[in-house]
Amino acid sequence: MADTRTITVTVNGRVCSREVETRLTLADFLRHELNLTGTHVGCEHGVCGACTVLVGGVSARACLMLAVQCDGREVATVESLADGDELNPLQQAFRDNHGLQCGFCTPGILMTLTEFLRDHPDPGEAEVRDVLSGNLCRCTGYQAIVAATLDAAKRMRGGA
Amino acid sequence: MVATGFGASVKRKEDPAFLQGKGQFVDDIHLPGMLHAAFARSPYAHARVGRIDKAAALAVPGVHTVITYADLPESVRRQTLPLLVPHPAIKQAYMPYALAKDEACYAGEPVACVIADSRYIAEDAAQLVAVEYEPLPAANDCRAALEPGAPLAHAGAESNVAARFPVKVGDAERAFVTAAHVFRERIHQHRGGAFFMECRGAVACYEAPAQSYLLYVSSQGSHRLKRCMLDMFELGDHQVRVVAPDVGGGFGPKGSFYPEYVNVAVASRLTNRPVKWIEDRRENFLATHQERDQYWDVEIAVDAGAKIIGVRGQLIHETGAYVPWGIVLPWITATTVPGPYVIPNFKLEVVSVFTNKIQTTPVRGAGRPEAVVTMERLMDRVARELKLDRAGVRARNFIRPEQMPYNVGIIFRDGRPVTYDSGDYPACQAAALATADYEEFPRRQAEARGSGRYLGIGISNAVEATGLGPYEGATVRVATSGKIVVYTGAAPQGQSHKTTLAQIAADQLGVDYDDVTVVTSDTAGISLGIGSFAARTAVNAGSSVHLAAREVADKAKKIAAGMMECMEDDLELADGCVRLKSAPDVRKSLREIAVKSIGMPGFSMAGGLPPGLEHTAYFTPERSVYSNGTHVAEVEVDIETGAVKIVRYTVAHDCGRVINPMIVDGQVVGGVAHGVGNALYERLVYDDNAQPVSTNFGEYLLPLATDVPHVDLVHLETPSPLNPLGMKGAGEGGTIPAIAAIISAVENALAPFGVTIAEAPITPQRIVELLGPAALGRTA
Amino acid sequence: MKPAPFVYHDPRTVAEACDLLATRENARVLAGGQSLMPMMNFRYAMPDHLIDLNRVDELAYLRCEGEVLRVGAMTRQRDLEFSPEVGKRCPVLREALSHVGHRQTRNRGTLGGSLCHLDPSAELVNVAALLGGTLHVVSKGGARDIPFAEFAVAYMTTSLQPDELLAGATLPLPARGRGHAFAEFARRHGDFAIVACSALIGLDRDGRIADAAVALSGLGHAPVRPASIERALRGEKPGAAAFKAAAAEAGGFDAVADAYVTAAYRRHLARVLVYRALEQASMRALEAGNG
Repeated sequence: MADTRTITVTVNGRVCSREVETRLTLADFLRHELNLTGTHVGCEHGVCGACTVLVGGVSARACLMLAVQCDGREVATVESLADGDELNPLQQAFRDNHGLQCGFCTPGILMTLTEFLRDHPDPGEAEVRDVLSGNLCRCTGYQAIVAATLDAAKRMRGGA
Repeated sequence: MVATGFGASVKRKEDPAFLQGKGQFVDDIHLPGMLHAAFARSPYAHARVGRIDKAAALAVPGVHTVITYADLPESVRRQTLPLLVPHPAIKQAYMPYALAKDEACYAGEPVACVIADSRYIAEDAAQLVAVEYEPLPAANDCRAALEPGAPLAHAGAESNVAARFPVKVGDAERAFVTAAHVFRERIHQHRGGAFFMECRGAVACYEAPAQSYLLYVSSQGSHRLKRCMLDMFELGDHQVRVVAPDVGGGFGPKGSFYPEYVNVAVASRLTNRPVKWIEDRRENFLATHQERDQYWDVEIAVDAGAKIIGVRGQLIHETGAYVPWGIVLPWITATTVPGPYVIPNFKLEVVSVFTNKIQTTPVRGAGRPEAVVTMERLMDRVARELKLDRAGVRARNFIRPEQMPYNVGIIFRDGRPVTYDSGDYPACQAAALATADYEEFPRRQAEARGSGRYLGIGISNAVEATGLGPYEGATVRVATSGKIVVYTGAAPQGQSHKTTLAQIAADQLGVDYDDVTVVTSDTAGISLGIGSFAARTAVNAGSSVHLAAREVADKAKKIAAGMMECMEDDLELADGCVRLKSAPDVRKSLREIAVKSIGMPGFSMAGGLPPGLEHTAYFTPERSVYSNGTHVAEVEVDIETGAVKIVRYTVAHDCGRVINPMIVDGQVVGGVAHGVGNALYERLVYDDNAQPVSTNFGEYLLPLATDVPHVDLVHLETPSPLNPLGMKGAGEGGTIPAIAAIISAVENALAPFGVTIAEAPITPQRIVELLGPAALGRTA
Repeated sequence: MKPAPFVYHDPRTVAEACDLLATRENARVLAGGQSLMPMMNFRYAMPDHLIDLNRVDELAYLRCEGEVLRVGAMTRQRDLEFSPEVGKRCPVLREALSHVGHRQTRNRGTLGGSLCHLDPSAELVNVAALLGGTLHVVSKGGARDIPFAEFAVAYMTTSLQPDELLAGATLPLPARGRGHAFAEFARRHGDFAIVACSALIGLDRDGRIADAAVALSGLGHAPVRPASIERALRGEKPGAAAFKAAAAEAGGFDAVADAYVTAAYRRHLARVLVYRALEQASMRALEAGNG
């Protein structure tokens, strides 16, 4: 018999209860149980960072957590960033600077940077590259992502 | 109004959805009742496949069926997967079955397909499929595979030779006799992969009432995939529809046809349920095509003034287990060797060799980076031996702009002579050198050496055939809602076609690019298509959109002229209307015209025009158009660890007229990053039995944000005369010269130690080996 | 790549966890999950029971007490990284942490998880060897301490018994005035090192090396504290001659090879990194003495 549990997770402010198999990863829970398909799965071994979400406000690989571990906790995904269809400053800076091409790694990068810019409102390029080293992108060569991040930081500080 | 048409760096239409997590990638498709597939794959690089016992797998609760070769429909059992590009030079055309029949020829070849309620259960059961394997000796290395007595990659084959062919210009043998200098290089280039962030995947939905299949595949072209499906299943044109949803990177390998796609279709038919298969990253390492294993043995002959007289040699190319793309890769490689240089005599003996590894097919650059590495290694060698400046040696051998169009003298894969349409190679190199501050480099280098640091600079030039035929098409339609839709077979994977093609259409139709929706890669949208690879979409699809939109504009004027009782020539398209040039307020909206264009029941069409405000155009280029570029890499090498840091990187490139400069910049910079990986990081290690060792991202190293340099870009714009908008391809030019430039820079940095480099990638360990005692540095 | 089925347990106390560990066959302990979860996704690890320690609050603590640092097994790497006390009293640990994976993995990864996974060149394993820590192990039957030097028994294999759980570690803090260094060579930022060398150097009043601690990892299944090097450094003037001698010694150690890295290159890196670590640690010791 499959080992299951009923869990309650607050995802993007919404309380969600589901009965899940205990081996279900957080990434698959978000994508396939809650249909929040913005969180992408790129390697399932914690390297590519495409599945990065915030758990309790802290970035984590959703492929390396089990859904049951989030019982009673808060999770934020890429779907939480925009206000309706209004892009937030980070998203807008990505669009303005061509910080994405195929868009697959983008959600994980946005969540990594959401945490990073919250804690480092005025980063330098080296710090941005350092934090981005936890996310793989095969399209952009990172240059436009770095530019977008610095631009977003400026906007968020009110300097735009 | 802000211009949003051709040439404007407008924001991408794709972005708002992607940035909000609202993209629709294949794994985002959820259909009611959907089942999930997992594969049992050969653990051996080469083995005879015997009895398969499915009982334990079938007994797992939640498993619906287990498919083996014997369970496939008759037409699928009878045929192997199609060889996409046949060629008479192919001696042995081995291709795989949808599931291994009696022999598995690479580790990871699919042997059985398990269908279950979830992927988790499918994987549980796939482990329980009991297959009797009899391991066979494996061919591991393409050079060794040519030796007498080498293990055969396919049991019963006459040899491991897949194809053998020469590429020739002039008379190389005679030229070498007269040469002042002849230099020989043996170069090894190692395989790498595409490693798009979204693995492959497919959803198949058999619709019993219509006896038809709907397939969503993360691919680089739906139409060829549909044709493969029609052939494999022996179906009518109406029975298969293939759609590529959002695709998370492709870089070549998603343009191939794979066995998994056949299996999900079979499974959907058997279970009468939608079936999804999402490649996981381990499968991606095992079963997605790779590229670039080549051994070169080449000589260059130059006169006393370092002018090239000839190049000759042998290229051993590894095709892996099968030949899905025939000899496309080695052919492109061979024909790319001359590049921007005048090479009056050229002879390359090419042999394509089977091994028991996953097959090699085009990966960003498609055989070209290898050719450029070889040619640029030779140019550096000439400069070193003759004590000349490396840029100078290149400059004196360039094809001059006044020689355009320039016939290189060889035949390209499209069957036409390689004829460069346009380009200014000396200007391109000069621009790159100026931006890279090449002239001042010796001072920087000397200064660094003074403090024990080793800087090096490297240059490489490339000319790339882009915009290959046969065609791409576009249907431009103004619906009766007034909304404009473009349907095309082009299949973007990040290249922004939904933006750039909209820009082209908008220009002709007098609308904002936001008013144009581009529907890509759906076989129900347009009847013929090829897909997006080989830097071909701007030229082929872009020109088609331009031609079709122009026809639609003309038709709109004709209809409007009838409605407004005026002359067509007095009309123009602007603001979503056709209006009088002299009195812009006198107008008909595209909506009104579109409604008029479809006619009314019982009434004849006005003016004898065919119905519909739409047109389909297929642009069929007469031959390739040639982009070119120069890369200059500046590196610092830590001689004690062998670490290489790229400290400065410059690209000058010419891809003709540019639709959207922001997007082209992104393509070029991203391409460089791929080249950085191939030059310094990416190694797919196989053991002696051809067993893959690098099967995760901890061991196969993709370049990170901390590894890829900032790239300084210089644009040159030589319009192509071969298409209406003067465009050339831009998707691969960032990658093609990068490897050569970087390894040249590393060699230059290590020049004081007499180190020469004849391989890519070059790793820190290898650099330390090449340095020998010099690597002891301060610890000596 | 989905984990095989298991029965999940999330005890709230150490006692509960030990009880589970003592009574369940083929059980694995889950800490931060940054190593075990990938192994389970690849199905390299297929435990029947997974005992998740993430809700055992008593295992997450971080205290500087006198001359030692007490760290719970479930203390996150990020908490060590951001601790001002660690930064001040044990900067070599902070420096080592900057090489551990990436921000998202340090947010979850724990000290105990890293030590028990025992990757031969893991940075935290190296620093534990350098500081000469003691590991506190508990089981249903009781508790015992293991000197870190006796923790590794083979490649990625600890001396923990199947029913034992790592509860925490006590790490001696470097004495005041010690200069530190953490030098490693990894292919990319955040990768496991190929070879890493950490060092602590104390100088006497004459500016000679009074004591030296060196931990070298990546050569074998666990880090080594090369006694020959540490001994030889004592009484030497910090400078090229002493560093070279130490480097040459390190270059002569045995090393393992794998599909990617030769033994010769590991030895070479050991030589280079020993030199660099000693140089930097000595410089910092000198600065500390002058400051």
